[in-house]
Amino acid sequence: MTTVEERLLPSAEPVRLIDQDGVFHDHPSYLKPASDLLVDGYAQLVKGRRINDQASALVRQGRLAVYPSSHGQEACQIAATMVLRDGDWLFPTYRDIVSIVSRGVDPIEALTLLRGDWHCGYDPYERNVAPQTTPLATQLIHAVGVAHAARLKGEDTVVVAMCGDGATSEGDFHEALNFAAVFKAPVVFFIQNNEYAISVPLAKQSVAPSLAHKGIGYGVPGEQADGNDLAGLLAVLGQAVEKARAGEGPQLVEAHTYRVQAHTNADDAGRYRHEDEVTPWLDRDPIKRLEAYLTQEGLLDDAVKQRAEEDAAQVATALRDGLMPEPVVDPADLFEHLYTEPTPQLKEQAAFLRDELAREEA
Amino acid sequence: MTHVKITMAQALNQALRDAMKADDTVLVFGEDVGALGGVFRITDGLTAEFGEDRCFDTPLAESGIVGMAVGLAMNGMRPVVEMQFDAFGYPAFEQIVSHVAKMRNRTRGKITLPMVIRMPYAGGIGGVEHHCDSSESYYAHTPGLTVVAPATVADAYTLLRKAIEFPDPVVFMEPKKLYWAKEEVDLTESQPGIGTAVVRRDGADATLIAYGPTVPVALEAAEVAAAEGRQLTVVDLRSIVPFDDVTVCAAVRRTGRAVVVAEASGFASVSSEIVARVTERCFHSLAAPIRRVTGFDIPYPPPKLEKHQLPGVDRILDAVDDLQWEDS
Repeated sequence: MTTVEERLLPSAEPVRLIDQDGVFHDHPSYLKPASDLLVDGYAQLVKGRRINDQASALVRQGRLAVYPSSHGQEACQIAATMVLRDGDWLFPTYRDIVSIVSRGVDPIEALTLLRGDWHCGYDPYERNVAPQTTPLATQLIHAVGVAHAARLKGEDTVVVAMCGDGATSEGDFHEALNFAAVFKAPVVFFIQNNEYAISVPLAKQSVAPSLAHKGIGYGVPGEQADGNDLAGLLAVLGQAVEKARAGEGPQLVEAHTYRVQAHTNADDAGRYRHEDEVTPWLDRDPIKRLEAYLTQEGLLDDAVKQRAEEDAAQVATALRDGLMPEPVVDPADLFEHLYTEPTPQLKEQAAFLRDELAREEA
Repeated sequence: MTHVKITMAQALNQALRDAMKADDTVLVFGEDVGALGGVFRITDGLTAEFGEDRCFDTPLAESGIVGMAVGLAMNGMRPVVEMQFDAFGYPAFEQIVSHVAKMRNRTRGKITLPMVIRMPYAGGIGGVEHHCDSSESYYAHTPGLTVVAPATVADAYTLLRKAIEFPDPVVFMEPKKLYWAKEEVDLTESQPGIGTAVVRRDGADATLIAYGPTVPVALEAAEVAAAEGRQLTVVDLRSIVPFDDVTVCAAVRRTGRAVVVAEASGFASVSSEIVARVTERCFHSLAAPIRRVTGFDIPYPPPKLEKHQLPGVDRILDAVDDLQWEDS
């Protein structure tokens, strides 16, 4: 018989399979992911890093309005989608562009929100990726609804719903966990704890032993993992997804990572944290450690590395080329999508704007 | 064609039942809607008839209820959720404003949300604090929502059926003081759809514009006015969004005078919008400024004082008297 605590509380320490020096350690509860998964994951990490850094550069060049980078958090971004099947759903936040792209969404479409030409640029049903959500934690409860609908239809869909550490203070985080638990919805709530909500550090956000501990109040099993260890994340998230799929109800996973860069390019991290705090995290970089491990294991030869670099360069070029031309925006879009059948008032307003634009052109 | 004498509550219950029969994806959920059948019994018997997967109680959290409906609607369902009382719907406000209302627009129509948020609203039942708000203006002010308020038993049935069949989210405001109003109705009879106002009474002298709980009051006022020699038209909006400018303006142009009657506080409200838009469109037909009879700009009063807040026949007739008849 396992106790309630054993069933619901996370491991005492974040699960870590590969340490920051690239050394593998056995874990009593989690197996090492298959080598080919790790090699594939490595390529995706390299690509994810390039997306982050290219997008940040494009902000400086004025091609994007803003970019909340997940630089340093790429292992979380990649793991969240690597554990999913095609029919599964991902619910990303504004910082999860790399996840969205790794799910197969076109990078330019994924960046629509941050480019500013529309709010959501991709078709959410094409890759089962919900629109990015900016209000914190609100999407988690949508994820419960999508998962519950799938269950009612007899599908074995799993939903991974992402949020950050700050979002765990929002009411919807708690309502989502509770609803998911009561309805036994197959949702994996995935917290990327990057230690900061804009300027507010985790210590001011919560005094819970870990954010994964928050599950026990709702009867949701929690687990915590090193968020910069792709191997550990794949093991933990993979197990959570399989439990959810098997009908064991929702799971909560906290990844301990760090927001290496500022909240966005518009933020000045120097006002609230010292560089000394950042430096050790650079040594815990997710790419560096996986590269060290794979190299030691002889799994990462130059050809594989080169292919990963080429893929990354390709996506960077695609971003530069795709975002270089001014986006084509259509003012008619302002009115067209609000209702299936626009109201008479919206038709009037659309006509007003059309006339105004025609007068400006004349 | 069978006529039955039923209450508005029974008509709403029948609408839910018929909608659930007609479409397996219709789900009804909220607080106490299962075994209890809702505090107003609108969902009475639905769990017994359709099972717990179709009509179910949720944890007590309105944001969760509406947010879950968003997800269900995204994935092929037609959720009909109940906010137990108007003022208990506020925890769901962010979900309604930021997600329910915007989802279709932000995804350029890729995601549509066929869902209904039912909300018993307004006063007149001696309810204590937080049980009698007229919150329709918040929703009417939010682009992307469709806001409907029935005033008759037949409309309660028709409009709820149409709201459930509607492709986009509908906030369905149920005037709770009319729940027990009985009418002889034929539910199979076709009624106008969402977006159409109806002239409930014709009269040449002035128009009363009302919706939801104030429609019967306006009709009563028109009855008294007729006895006093003044013929009033009564327009029942039925649908606040979309607003039926055509029907409302036609009535005002015909009569040249108008009074808007609404329970909600008047400041920055549906009633102020009606006055503004009718004035913009009908200025040259107006013999007097449009008057409003609304709630005062105060929090809804306790039961012993609520009669001072509710628009009544006398106040409506006084407002009609003030429409500058001496000038004509």
